[in-house]
Amino acid sequence: MNPPNDIPARSKPLWNPYVVGAGLGVLSWLVFALVNQPLGVSTSLSAASGACAVPLLGSEGVSTNAYWMKTPFKWDYGMLFLVGTFLGSLLSTLASRSFRLEKVPSVWAEYFGPSVAKRMAVAFVGGILTMYGARMAGGCTSGHGISGSLQLAVSSWTFFLTMFVAGVSTATLLFRHRKTSHA
Amino acid sequence: MNLPITGEALRWLAIPFGILFGVLLHRGGVATYNVIVNQFRLKDFTVLKIMFTAVIVGGIGVLALHQTGHASYHIKPANMLGVSLGAALFGIGMVLYGYCPGTGIAAIATGSLHALVGFLGMLAGGVLYALSFVWIEAHLQNVAALGKLRLPDITGIPDWGWMGILVAIAAVIFWLLERPRAIATEGAR
Repeated sequence: MNPPNDIPARSKPLWNPYVVGAGLGVLSWLVFALVNQPLGVSTSLSAASGACAVPLLGSEGVSTNAYWMKTPFKWDYGMLFLVGTFLGSLLSTLASRSFRLEKVPSVWAEYFGPSVAKRMAVAFVGGILTMYGARMAGGCTSGHGISGSLQLAVSSWTFFLTMFVAGVSTATLLFRHRKTSHA
Repeated sequence: MNLPITGEALRWLAIPFGILFGVLLHRGGVATYNVIVNQFRLKDFTVLKIMFTAVIVGGIGVLALHQTGHASYHIKPANMLGVSLGAALFGIGMVLYGYCPGTGIAAIATGSLHALVGFLGMLAGGVLYALSFVWIEAHLQNVAALGKLRLPDITGIPDWGWMGILVAIAAVIFWLLERPRAIATEGAR
């Protein structure tokens, strides 16, 4: 039997998950106390999608859209937080020498084969559903899952539990038949 | 409440805070497709351990800050239909994508090309939501809209009582996961 997490990027640089969780908890103290912002990702990301939609819908189409009028693209705290998240992960990846181009992850390949196009298509559709769902729910794993749940918000616990049940159901349906023979 | 830091400096704090967030996601292992998907397959409980610990440590601290006047709450409204439906779509999407919005961004930095493609999908999802926003607001977000409710409001159990309940639940879950030969340590294949 293979060890639980058999990919190189995961084996070396990892910290204890409870320590990481506590770190995220302390980060939320700092964010609440110092900048009076909730911790979140998807709001700014949807604002960024407005900037990306300009060539598609025209600047008028974007600037008159009710959602983007409410959530306009700007380099505010939330948007810079996304830049920081990318930089932090990049620094950590480089420091641990775990940068590795990945097109098809091993668990995916085991069930759905090595096709890059197939993996990319599903990742794209998954990204659409993830973002659409996050905006409909008013937050994602950060804004609802961590930041909202820790404030004991009814909306956030509803999100956390529903998301988890939907995810487990989807994964159970999806990962039924191995494509490759047992390693 | 008065913020200790204001103006431009406040905005730029997003960079160190974001960096800390990104480092923690990467070092936690959750910028990895296999780890996220194996959580939903109930074969690797890293995501749950991290999130539950973050909620408890964060919750106790933020509650103390709130009670001493050093923090305000930011409660998202409990539009129960929109939240439930959105969360269900999110859960399905997260299994297909293999990341959530934050871990997807962190994963791009580790070299995951499918995380990058899914990130473009997320931008497309944001566009689709913006285009359907008016309809969703008018027909969906006003159904079972309970307002900015917190668990103490609807249960009568006070804040610290809820923190105690969460700590007790976490203690049981973590004990089950960390037992010798517990489910999390069996093969993640």
